[in-house]
Amino acid sequence: MASNGIRDRVAIVGMSCTAFGERWDRSADDLLVEAVHGATESASTNLDDIDAFWLGTYLSGVSGMTLSRPLRIRDKPVTRVENMCVTGSESLRGACYAVASGAYDVAMAVGVEKLKDSGYSGLTRASIPGDGTGGTLGTTTAPANFSLLGPAYAAKYGVHPRELKEVFTRIAWKNHANGARNPRAQFRTPVAASTIARSPLVAGQLGVFDCSGVSDGAAAAIVVRAEDAHRYTDRPLYVKALSCVSGDATGNVDPSYDFTTFPEVEASAREAYRQAGVRDPRAEIAMAEVHDCFTVTELVLMEDLGFAERGTAWKQVLAGTFDLTGELPVNPDGGLKAFGHPVGASGLRMLFECWLQLRDDVPADRRIAQHGRTLGLTHNLGGGPGECVSFVSLVGTEPND
Amino acid sequence: MHGIVACEAYIPYHRLERAAISTSLGGGVVSGARSVASYDEDATSMAVEAARSVLRTVPTAARPRRLYLATTVPPYLDKTNATVAHSALALDSGALAVDMCGGVRSGAGAFLAAAEASEPAMALLSDIRTGLPGSADEREGGDAAAAVLFGPGDSDTPVLAEVVSAAAETEEFLDRWRAPGDLASRVWEDRFAEHVYVPLAMDTLSAALKKADLTPGGVDHLVVCGLPRRSVRRVAAGTGIPADRVVPDLAEVIGNPGTAQLGVLLAAALRRAGPGDTIALLLLADGATAFILRTTAQIGRRRPAAPLAGGGAALRYPTFLNWRGMLAREPPRRPDPEPPAAPPAYRSRAYKHAFTATRCTRCGRVSLPPAQVCFHCGAVDTMESHPMARAHGTVATFTVDRLAFTPHPPMIAVVVDFDGGGRFRCELTDADASQVAIGDPVEMTFRRLLTADGVHNYFWKARPVRRAGGET
Repeated sequence: MASNGIRDRVAIVGMSCTAFGERWDRSADDLLVEAVHGATESASTNLDDIDAFWLGTYLSGVSGMTLSRPLRIRDKPVTRVENMCVTGSESLRGACYAVASGAYDVAMAVGVEKLKDSGYSGLTRASIPGDGTGGTLGTTTAPANFSLLGPAYAAKYGVHPRELKEVFTRIAWKNHANGARNPRAQFRTPVAASTIARSPLVAGQLGVFDCSGVSDGAAAAIVVRAEDAHRYTDRPLYVKALSCVSGDATGNVDPSYDFTTFPEVEASAREAYRQAGVRDPRAEIAMAEVHDCFTVTELVLMEDLGFAERGTAWKQVLAGTFDLTGELPVNPDGGLKAFGHPVGASGLRMLFECWLQLRDDVPADRRIAQHGRTLGLTHNLGGGPGECVSFVSLVGTEPND
Repeated sequence: MHGIVACEAYIPYHRLERAAISTSLGGGVVSGARSVASYDEDATSMAVEAARSVLRTVPTAARPRRLYLATTVPPYLDKTNATVAHSALALDSGALAVDMCGGVRSGAGAFLAAAEASEPAMALLSDIRTGLPGSADEREGGDAAAAVLFGPGDSDTPVLAEVVSAAAETEEFLDRWRAPGDLASRVWEDRFAEHVYVPLAMDTLSAALKKADLTPGGVDHLVVCGLPRRSVRRVAAGTGIPADRVVPDLAEVIGNPGTAQLGVLLAAALRRAGPGDTIALLLLADGATAFILRTTAQIGRRRPAAPLAGGGAALRYPTFLNWRGMLAREPPRRPDPEPPAAPPAYRSRAYKHAFTATRCTRCGRVSLPPAQVCFHCGAVDTMESHPMARAHGTVATFTVDRLAFTPHPPMIAVVVDFDGGGRFRCELTDADASQVAIGDPVEMTFRRLLTADGVHNYFWKARPVRRAGGET
């Protein structure tokens, strides 16, 4: 038995992404219609040509009819998927494997989330009858869960809490700077580092500006067999790897876990690199879109994804390695931090930035320098330190590279 | 011989300085402080904490077969509260657990029932006392619990004191009353109460002494308790028993914890009594109840622990009002908390209430929550029950959550690694966010996490390990 991957067997030939933000005047239905039709237009095709759909939504609807009803999609399968913050990426995985299997010629992955209708701040969770012991992700908030990484990282690598706060601030500053150049981003104002550093504390060392936005939005991608890709576009994006790890959730149970890493991310990245034949991600990847739900998360991810040696990512962050103009741009679209985080759409939003950047479809002011590299990475994480779901994809503009 | 084999008081961590009340509301400054049950405590959870202290060193054979829980503030009606304690203490299902709720007098009933039981029995006396802002009840009340375990005694768990005699007088009159659901009691003029109580109490004490073939001069330690303060003072001063034999009422340091006062002051008496001493317990509540106890030669074997000193930073008065339901605060923009569902709570009661984990018999790893599959070696169904309620641990990492809703912000979340294995992530209660550090020693405490749809969600939290702070 083996995980074989589907390197270069399918390609993305059309994508769209709505503006993310507080879309008070748009329903989930409206966002879905915009995203789905945007994707078909992007691929110069129409809805009738799509054979099957994978819809990712965390809390904004149940069943495939969440998509088929507003789009009036008739006599087609729609699979609704949910995998916490990995939901959007999970819809892509389903669509890609369906096409790779030969079951369908054309599939669409769609993600949507309408978070701002709840009236609540932050994410909520599905209500499942329980025993009241809360599980390990029980009473504390998401920023608190992730802030557990800070003291542990600082202690293990001898980073002074003040230095660590500078690192967090630098990550937030970078992602806001990137988002400010992106017309679809939720937050389009650059934020001064001093403002970020002084923002009110939310949990541990994390301030308001260390947390990603809660937003509405949708995104969609059309997947076809690689050999069919050029029927739709001259510049397809080939799927190199799709890797998902659902954690065994032992970090909050097993004293051997030290809260300085996401082992699930490391495992999912290792698998993705294996599928794609990537040996040195730092050198081979042109850009990465990672799950910066909180600034500390992005810091740890740089090590888990192999972009920096253990205990050194904080220095790389301060050195600007992951800036838009850095050696390996991370979250050039602003990330969850500035682009926003409509859960079900986020994974596809990351893919959308790869779609734009790797195909040179972005304005000069926010274009990354690829230096001959053709690969982009997307990464999602759902849960928190100790127990999470992690997804890594690799896509590229060149087949069989 | 059936008698007291253990007795412990539980005084909650928080204190409200009485001066804080007058600072807010005006009026003269009153000295001292009162104990305050935390927002995550109620009569049942405090009773469990007192009972845990009693059972800590008690062998299985001496564990109670009967449990009587007395309080004026039962968290549940219709449903028995003592069963929560029964479950939290992991008592045998064959042990009876019943409530004696309503009046302060219920405490004397629970004590008597346990004293007269034909098998090991424990009286749990627990109370949260307050009144309308600015009232004497608010100022003079206190929150506490006590557990008194009776049994036949053996070499491991000897009888410390036996009940020599008991007497009661019952009188129906309005000195204090409270309609169900009301936050505060109403009282008649205390001079009227005094008129009724003083002769009643004197008669009751005399009757009990007579049954024991004693005179007031034979009493070494007198405990007079009850909420009618003026009457209690008059009685304590008027029995003919010298003032230095009257056990101090702790009013200055914890206030009057109502139903629990009998047990709390009994614990104080047992701390100071010598072998062969006579203790007279007198309660003024809807009549009077008196018990004459005599300590045994074994009294020194198991002295009640001195209550812990109160929490460092004194509670702010508005916080106190909020906790007692007198001052509503804006809730966060978050979904309402959800109550536990009955079937899953029932299935996991050993974990949820008694904090029983599982331990893999193949690799020895301890799993919290209990698991069928070992997180370490992957073995299936190799687990044995593993009690963790008494385990101590250290803080592996922590955070201060300023966003999470709590009546005492900010919430402190800790990852606890237990001595002897097991990791648990939970809230740290009775603690100061600025004082938490990796490596801090912690222990577990039984708390009420929240109440939703009328369901009290009882579970466990960690608290800093503190040493006894001397006599309070």
